[in-house]
Amino acid sequence: MIKLENLTKIYSLGILGRGGIVAVDRVSFEIGNGEIVSLVGESGSGKTTIGKLILRLMKPTHGKIYFMGEEVSRYKPLDYYKGVQGVFQDPFSSFNPVYKVDRVFENVNRYLLDLPKSEFWGKVEESLKSVGLNPKDVFGKYPHQMSGGQLQRVLIARALVIGAKFLVADEIISMLDASTRVDVLNILGELRDNMGLGILFITHDLSLGYYISDSTVIMYRGSVVEMGDTEKVFKNPIHPYTKMLLESVPTLDKRWKPSEEIFRVESGERFFTKGCKYYSRCPFRRKECLSFDGKLRKVEKNHWVACILTGGD
Amino acid sequence: MREWLKKHDTIYFMLTNKRFVGGMLFILSLILLSLIGPWLARIELGWYIEEAGKRALDPTANIGTPYSPPSPKNWLGTNSFGQDVFLQLVYGLRSSLLVGIIGGGLATVVGLSIGFISGYSGGMVDETLMMLTNIMLVIPTMAVLIIIAAYLPYRGVLIESLIIGLTGWPWTARAVRSETLSLKSREFVHLARISAVRPLKIVFGEIAPNMLSYVFMVFILQFGGSILAAVGLDFIGLGPTRGTSLGIMLQQAVLWNAIQLGMWWWIIPPGAIITALIAALYTVNTGLDEAFNPRLREM
Repeated sequence: MIKLENLTKIYSLGILGRGGIVAVDRVSFEIGNGEIVSLVGESGSGKTTIGKLILRLMKPTHGKIYFMGEEVSRYKPLDYYKGVQGVFQDPFSSFNPVYKVDRVFENVNRYLLDLPKSEFWGKVEESLKSVGLNPKDVFGKYPHQMSGGQLQRVLIARALVIGAKFLVADEIISMLDASTRVDVLNILGELRDNMGLGILFITHDLSLGYYISDSTVIMYRGSVVEMGDTEKVFKNPIHPYTKMLLESVPTLDKRWKPSEEIFRVESGERFFTKGCKYYSRCPFRRKECLSFDGKLRKVEKNHWVACILTGGD
Repeated sequence: MREWLKKHDTIYFMLTNKRFVGGMLFILSLILLSLIGPWLARIELGWYIEEAGKRALDPTANIGTPYSPPSPKNWLGTNSFGQDVFLQLVYGLRSSLLVGIIGGGLATVVGLSIGFISGYSGGMVDETLMMLTNIMLVIPTMAVLIIIAAYLPYRGVLIESLIIGLTGWPWTARAVRSETLSLKSREFVHLARISAVRPLKIVFGEIAPNMLSYVFMVFILQFGGSILAAVGLDFIGLGPTRGTSLGIMLQQAVLWNAIQLGMWWWIIPPGAIITALIAALYTVNTGLDEAFNPRLREM
């Protein structure tokens, strides 16, 4: 449904755009109908930038994004946003503190849908119920009078009212209590199953990604280092970075101890412009890594890795 | 009425805020004084009109004995020329408020537009506008005001406020730009953008309301600043060539040794009114901030 092709975003710095930071570097992957893809990476890995590029909040430097087979920039905003919607990280900043929560829906009807009032508000109530909210608790309230979990669900309901086919969920539960997280996650799962909603689930939390997604994409400094079916990536991690990430997930009943095999203290030589981006942190590094082209290689069905050590084709 | 207030609850909170209401009442009474002042002066100077047979009162005309303290004949006494201080005060208040409104309003509008456009569009537009703003900023305003004012053979209140307004906007533009920059990366702006809301609507519907108390504060600063700038110009003798203003009153009072001669009624009223006016505007602003920001409200 959504397809990224060599997507690149360079933030320009300084006067007249000399110099720049490569936030997203030639990223390509695809998200099908009714599929949840989690995009995992540390801060600064470019995952939020990808979300923003898909939502057309910024323009890519190179590369293309396709929605339903057509290039994204060809759509009129009105048509595009009826199909692709987003929910953001901070529920308290997603609502304008000056207005009541209802305004989010009012804007939707005014600019996107243009339905008769009674029909529209009927639809709103219906979708609020489907995300487990009582419409009475929502209408007429200011954002600061509601909890983060409620606000995030209001935003998911908003995407439902619009009838979006694809949802960019950018860290939507990172600011929620542990107890409400699962509720929101389950709502996303239900929407996929019942309505065929495609979801890009951006997160830095591996366990959440594992819980919900069908496929996983792991990013490091703007590039995809490993991707594929969630089961395969988590059961059989190949890239040293993925291994390190999985190793860093704490387990409840064990004392966490970093294994020296996978972790490596970062050296000063951080910014290599050539070769593998993970070189300076990689415990398995070799000379050949410096001439690595960063391309993904297939290691098994639905599983790709960008590492010279895999030896795949 | 109750229903309407329920819908517009910022107005409700505004009207129940003591600082806002108190400050606003004071400002309104000053505006009222400047409006009905000439009519009050006609009552005050009834004896003079009868004597001289003149209908129109001129604040620069010599009315009554010089150096006379406040009396039923001259409510705020007379100055060294025998001019009536109360008459001068109401006309001076008029021109000072006018300079404040026109000059401050102009500076606010220009500053806001440049700040919003520059902050929201970014890129080359931002660079160009900020370059212009910075150039305006480093030119000493008072010097420019003096040069322009000195070149004009005839200066009215309107010209004076235009000059002040067109030189006073850069700080506002910079402040509004930085505020816009921070608000535009907030997620509700993103949410509005993915609701296909047009840029202009985002600026005025989403960003500006968050700055409403700020915008009002800017206006207050500019209002007060314009009055003070006008007072400064008047004080060095570059004020309106005809008529009077609070600044001209202060200038003459200082020039003719009002303090040394113990003529408090000449120098205190204009100074006190300028100070009280600006203090009231600040009080209104803090009250407005409480009313506009839901987080500061007590439910």
